[in-house]
Amino acid sequence: MSFTIEGETGPWELVVGLEVHAQVTSRAKLFSGAATEFGAEPNSQVSFVDAGFPGMLPVINRECVAQAVRTGLGLNAQVNPWSRFDRKNYFYADLPQGYQISQFAHPIVGTGVIPVELSDGSVKEIGITRLHLEQDAGKSLHDQHPSKSYIDLNRSGVALMEIVSEPDMRSPEEAGAYLTKLRQILRYLGTCDGNMEEGSLRADVNVSVRKSGEEFRTRCEVKNVNSIRFVMQAVEAEARRQIEVWESGGTVEQETRLFDTVRGETRSMRSKEDAHDYRYFPDPDLPPLVIDPAWIEELRAGLPELPDARRARYVNEFGLSAYDASVLVAEKETAAFYEEVAAGRDPKVAANWVMGDFFAMLNRMGKGIEDSPVSAKHLGALLDLISDRTLSGKMAKEVLEAMGETGKPPGTIVEERGLRQVTDTGAIEAAVDAILAANPDKIAQYREKPTLFGWFVGQVMKAMKGQGNPALVNEVLKAKLDA
Amino acid sequence: MHPTDFTIRGALEALSEGIVSSEALTAAHLEAIAALNPRLNAFVTVTAERAMEAARASDARRANGIAGRLEGVPLAIKDLFCTEGVRTTAASRILGEFVPPYESTVTANLLRDGAVFLGKANLDEFAMGSSNATSAFGEVENPWKRGNDDGTRLVPGGSSGGSAAAVAARLAMGATATDTGGSIRQPAAFCGIAGMKPTYGRCSRFGVVAFASSLDTPGPVARTVEDCALLLESMAGHDPRDATSAKVAVPDFAAACARGVKGLRIGVPREYRLEGMPDEIEALWSQGLDWLRAEGAEIVDISLPHTKYALPTYYIVAPAEASSNLARYDGVRFGQRVDGADLKDLYERTRAAGFGAEVKRRIMIGTYVLSAGYYDAYYVRAQRVRALIKRDFDEAFRDVDAIVTPATPSAAFAAGEKQDDPVAMYLNDVFTVTANLAGIPGLAVPAGFDRQGLPLGLQVLGRDFDEETVFAVGTAIEHAAKLTALPQVRAFA
Repeated sequence: MSFTIEGETGPWELVVGLEVHAQVTSRAKLFSGAATEFGAEPNSQVSFVDAGFPGMLPVINRECVAQAVRTGLGLNAQVNPWSRFDRKNYFYADLPQGYQISQFAHPIVGTGVIPVELSDGSVKEIGITRLHLEQDAGKSLHDQHPSKSYIDLNRSGVALMEIVSEPDMRSPEEAGAYLTKLRQILRYLGTCDGNMEEGSLRADVNVSVRKSGEEFRTRCEVKNVNSIRFVMQAVEAEARRQIEVWESGGTVEQETRLFDTVRGETRSMRSKEDAHDYRYFPDPDLPPLVIDPAWIEELRAGLPELPDARRARYVNEFGLSAYDASVLVAEKETAAFYEEVAAGRDPKVAANWVMGDFFAMLNRMGKGIEDSPVSAKHLGALLDLISDRTLSGKMAKEVLEAMGETGKPPGTIVEERGLRQVTDTGAIEAAVDAILAANPDKIAQYREKPTLFGWFVGQVMKAMKGQGNPALVNEVLKAKLDA
Repeated sequence: MHPTDFTIRGALEALSEGIVSSEALTAAHLEAIAALNPRLNAFVTVTAERAMEAARASDARRANGIAGRLEGVPLAIKDLFCTEGVRTTAASRILGEFVPPYESTVTANLLRDGAVFLGKANLDEFAMGSSNATSAFGEVENPWKRGNDDGTRLVPGGSSGGSAAAVAARLAMGATATDTGGSIRQPAAFCGIAGMKPTYGRCSRFGVVAFASSLDTPGPVARTVEDCALLLESMAGHDPRDATSAKVAVPDFAAACARGVKGLRIGVPREYRLEGMPDEIEALWSQGLDWLRAEGAEIVDISLPHTKYALPTYYIVAPAEASSNLARYDGVRFGQRVDGADLKDLYERTRAAGFGAEVKRRIMIGTYVLSAGYYDAYYVRAQRVRALIKRDFDEAFRDVDAIVTPATPSAAFAAGEKQDDPVAMYLNDVFTVTANLAGIPGLAVPAGFDRQGLPLGLQVLGRDFDEETVFAVGTAIEHAAKLTALPQVRAFA
């Protein structure tokens, strides 16, 4: 499937690469012991190191390194046993040290690849160029005072992973699918919470356009795009802008741009000429980061099952369709919920219930799986009540509804409402006999028109207040009618 | 004998025997400071009340049978070490009245061991200088005078000029100092005292205002080699808050002083014989080697072929790191601020007003050598040369146990000399920068006097983390030299 944008001069191909900044999930910052919790009082999570006080020194946080290694392994990438931190020098009010500690020349993770599923069912491999660790800056608040800016240093020094892709994407959809997949992997690994609204994950989008078969043309970088939808919109908007420039005889200049989400267009932030000279050099406060290969293997052994492996297992071992498996693994929480429901039960039935009635119920209630009123344990218990014939499928739907409203376990609801399914053949025979006795005319009609069987089932079920086991009702009714 | 005449070793003995109290020692030093500091300007801050309180607390501990290894010893602290609750200036206007809410590891170690701090010693601004002339708090006077005392004010050397002058004039028994290119050893030599730059990583840099992180090395100055050893033992040790601090045990340095030099091989690098070096320096050097030979050491000619590149390498690496380290002084969070029309204007005004000329010069040089297009030609090449200089030493130390050279190319010069020519000033560090680039320990030890009666020092260099041999060689020189002359300006003279 090849995506192009039609211009006046014919079709244009898109070339897209992403630089994703992912906040490392860790209790403490990259080089200080200060906490990293989101939403704390401004400047309440700042050590003297983060504030760049005289004589303060950075000391690497081992957990942040472990998280970067885990991520590298999850991206099928080379983990470099030797890497180094550099200083990126520039002045800004929210950068207390006057430099950002980053990894410029020697990143902790080298090339990797992730397979990305597209909507037509095909899979495209997107190359990872590198992953490096760096510090986040603080936050400038320009809207708190008419003439002053406020600075919040809570984020200053928080560990980020910058994950750079190859320019392998060719459409807005591929860019969206790549970011979705990357986010999914990070969340499975537990190395980044992937929360784009809180800024834990943000993307710089590099876009260029070209005619088929050409070399790459000049690219522009759209900075700090903070949702997957906006990434897709920004790719398309920027590509269309560049096509217009080229087709009107102009030249696309390399520059940094911003995406205006309201107008759906990109606009210039700074040109190449205004680019800083960051004067990168190795940070003399930090020795090179040397990672013991044995530790890498230890971390590899402790990695959780990743979405691709999990999906394959659902297909191969559980017999789920590829589509169902993809839906269930999309979010780590959903997969965990599903597995708890499926444990010791028929995995296909479990999948049908989770994806069918359960999802529908959550949708109606406007809730997510993390705040679901029905726990996986309770949903599993409901399936048990079906398989031991306490409940019919129809009754179970009703019980699920009640579980959603009350949060109670299914057993309690069954007891309270007297919803027990009748499987006693005697009771069913009695009910069938009563209906047959009361409707001799219908029996005669049935002889002519066997489709009337359904009418008898309905009558019996109605008489039994819906609690007759449908299979048994069918069986008994059939035997008596055809006797 | 006056209490200010004690060596640290002597004072510790007198204290333990109850001959003197820390209160008396501290009071005597504070009295000397009150009398002489207006002239010498060795201290930028005197914490008299704190010092007396600390001395009394120390005496109380001792009375209770608790005595740290420096219990009750009054010291000066170079004002580059952050001291909790006491203004720390780096001798720069830009830090204003900054009072750190934390204590540097080195000074915390000294406090742990019972030392008493008299105050903060003057220095070149951000430790950048060789004459203490760049201090925002004014010049420091060297307590030594030329023999014909023509009234010339001599510089104490730098950057640890206040520390060295205070110790030489007996305003403190010892002092902390830092050495980035010679800032311990050159002022020690100019002031006729001992100064030890230990191995890089031996003393933590946590809480020390950074100049050039890969070179900055805290260390002690004192009037004897053994006193330096006692101070270093307390100051040194691994610190988890400094990633470049070495995980090595701290040996008994003071015991090492008495080891003697019998059987040691002492290297004499031919590249340190400079064109136009005063013959009295040459003579002192030969004399020192003769003393060591007489004590049973073997003198060996060696070559350190990349020596001539050391100074230019240093003046690329150090300013490069400084230009980045000093970026944090922007007037936003601490120190002096000069408001401006916008953020950039605030930065420019603050830094223009806050930094002195030498600091600005080095920030400019450092910014230049790190710039795109120049980085490879300057910084990267300098790092390669630095590795070669280190290799020179590694190879030499396969053959010899220590290296002996002059500490400085001249005795203390007059205030105002060399001020107009930064390169002439930089040449002061010609014998000392190599040890910083290589990270190895270097000791300046007083060994004699020039014709005008000004002190001259020799330098002893050793292997990484082998300060013990350096102390042994330094002590042998010190004992053989038997110097008795004292600076003209000194406490209770």
